Amino acid sequence: MPPAVVLVTGVSRWLGGALAAELAADPAIGRVIGVDTVPPAPEVLRHLGRTEFVRADIRSPLIAKVIESASVDTVVHMNISATPAAAGGRVSMKELNVIGTMQLLAACQRSPAVERLVLKSTSAVYGASPRDPAVFTEAMQARRVPAGGFAQDSLDIEGYVRSFARRRPDVGVAVLRFTNLIGPRIDSLLSGFLRMPVVPTALGYDARVQLLHEDDAVAVLRQAALGDFVGTVNVGASGTVLLSQAIRRLGRVPLPVPQPAMGTVRKLARRVRLVDGSVEWSPEQMRLLNFGRVVDTRVLREEFGYTPRYSTAEALADYADTVSPVVRPELVGDVTGAARSVVGAVAGGVHAVHAVVRGRHRPAPPVPGLRAVRDA
Amino acid sequence: MPEARVIPLRPDDDPPPQPPPAAPSWDEQLAGGLEFLRRRVTGDYDTDEFGFDPDLTDHVLLPMLRPWFERWFRVETQGLENVPDTGGALVVANHSGTIPVDALMATVALHDDHPASRRLRLLGADLVFQVPFVGALARKLGTTLACNEDAERLLSEGELVGVFPEGFKGVGKPFSERYTLQRFGRGGFVSAALRTGAPIVPCAIVGAEEIYPMIGNARTAARLLGLPYFPITPTFPLLGPAGLVPLPSKWFIAFGEPIETASYGPAAADDPMVVFNLTDQVRETIQHSLYRLLLQRRSVFS
Repeated sequence: MPPAVVLVTGVSRWLGGALAAELAADPAIGRVIGVDTVPPAPEVLRHLGRTEFVRADIRSPLIAKVIESASVDTVVHMNISATPAAAGGRVSMKELNVIGTMQLLAACQRSPAVERLVLKSTSAVYGASPRDPAVFTEAMQARRVPAGGFAQDSLDIEGYVRSFARRRPDVGVAVLRFTNLIGPRIDSLLSGFLRMPVVPTALGYDARVQLLHEDDAVAVLRQAALGDFVGTVNVGASGTVLLSQAIRRLGRVPLPVPQPAMGTVRKLARRVRLVDGSVEWSPEQMRLLNFGRVVDTRVLREEFGYTPRYSTAEALADYADTVSPVVRPELVGDVTGAARSVVGAVAGGVHAVHAVVRGRHRPAPPVPGLRAVRDA
Repeated sequence: MPEARVIPLRPDDDPPPQPPPAAPSWDEQLAGGLEFLRRRVTGDYDTDEFGFDPDLTDHVLLPMLRPWFERWFRVETQGLENVPDTGGALVVANHSGTIPVDALMATVALHDDHPASRRLRLLGADLVFQVPFVGALARKLGTTLACNEDAERLLSEGELVGVFPEGFKGVGKPFSERYTLQRFGRGGFVSAALRTGAPIVPCAIVGAEEIYPMIGNARTAARLLGLPYFPITPTFPLLGPAGLVPLPSKWFIAFGEPIETASYGPAAADDPMVVFNLTDQVRETIQHSLYRLLLQRRSVFS
């Protein structure tokens, strides 16, 4: 049975807006309520359709009133900030993430109408270190518990959601651990990073990168909100690319920088406005870009029941259409093609000279492999 | 009436001799190199979830190792028929040589000398992945972290996995203890094989012990650098970088008869007695083949 009233937090960001728009377009759903601290941008607002927007801070008790009075039955919580810059500093980011989630969960626990909670979490909870197994399944934990920042917040949030699930066993709780998102429209951490014409990378490291296309992300969130999956699931596309490979495929120029100099390069890049303020390289992001992280998606495909339409390589290619390459692949093809034809011409000449020289000195040897035919 | 039968007119005539595939001429090689360059610059190649880069391995890393394999160490391989052509198997070998060159040579041996050109997916210590360049290159060569999760994932995908259970105790042992096997870890490799039902192929490597004879261990330097040991050999650090050239010992790599594990069932992985017994069996087999190969060898360098 489709939910009557869906509440989406973090609706002013691209992903939240896209999910609310998708749900609002479904006539089977009674009401869609979007919550955020800032009103959505005009272009997001245009797609939201019949979504009702409530400007509220999930840290304030107002959220409880909204859930109570509208008798919300499905809550999709995706108002978790990954970068301090977007939230206005690390202190306020932590407050928004952790205290905001606690308030939201407290409100959900009070309201008997709530039947379903979907948490947009992240695969950052697995950390990133040289001691990691290559592929994480849902049952594994971080080898080195990420200290501070987004990953720590996400771990705390998952912990609170787990204890909520214990206190309200009648509520179906789905925790979705997303890999890095990419696509033509979304403004994610990685898309900002890869948009730079010269991409600084840590010298001597090459991370494995697993992506998820934005359309797949919206589809998974929608299915989680409307479906009945309960539990934790990794959400990522099939396949991986190496960071160096992704940079090359996008036609960017990689700039390997020794690890200790990365901080200076980051400051410099900001000063000359190579990157906008939203590109934040916290220590955990640096570790991710050094070692990478890959998650197993068997549960997503077999138990959750969704197979992403884009593989990592296809998602990257779709994103590549929106950035103009610095090093154009056609140009590389032309150059190597020209060099090959030069090689071919030279080789042809050399072979011809060889043949002439050899022909003058001795007759051609008989063709090998011929045998006398035996009488029948 | 009997059915018509096709009688070969010339039954004893063997098929016409196939000329051996000619080595690519210089211009073909150059064209191949340019195509390789184009793929690398545009990122047009595939890598897997472990970070394995077959394109780079086949065109750069293996060709760099091959002269060492063929000319420097003159590696002789034996018992390749014991390594299955397809499907998962766990190659367990002795570890030695101060620097794990033996792992690289085993990789070349199985790729170049095995009829099915099998790729050996090595399991490495976490130290390997902490070191810049080394860690990234190791992943591109197909190495991954030595942990049960990765080993089982590779084995169940039908890969040939190479493991050196002695670890640093084996590579970093003094020269006086050459060819005596150290403790075989905690038997994690056996439980990975049991869980996936993959056969264990014992492998003995002779020759690696003599490439950097470790006569001393500078413990203080090792502690400062965060390394498990800091080798002192007759040439290193005495001769500086020249001391890094390995001695040209003669190598043998012998693969023994596979020990099947499927009949125990996956539940046996949780039975410590089965795991210990299998670990000992593998260890004994490798130690015996080491003694046998040492008897065959005429001298260290020929």
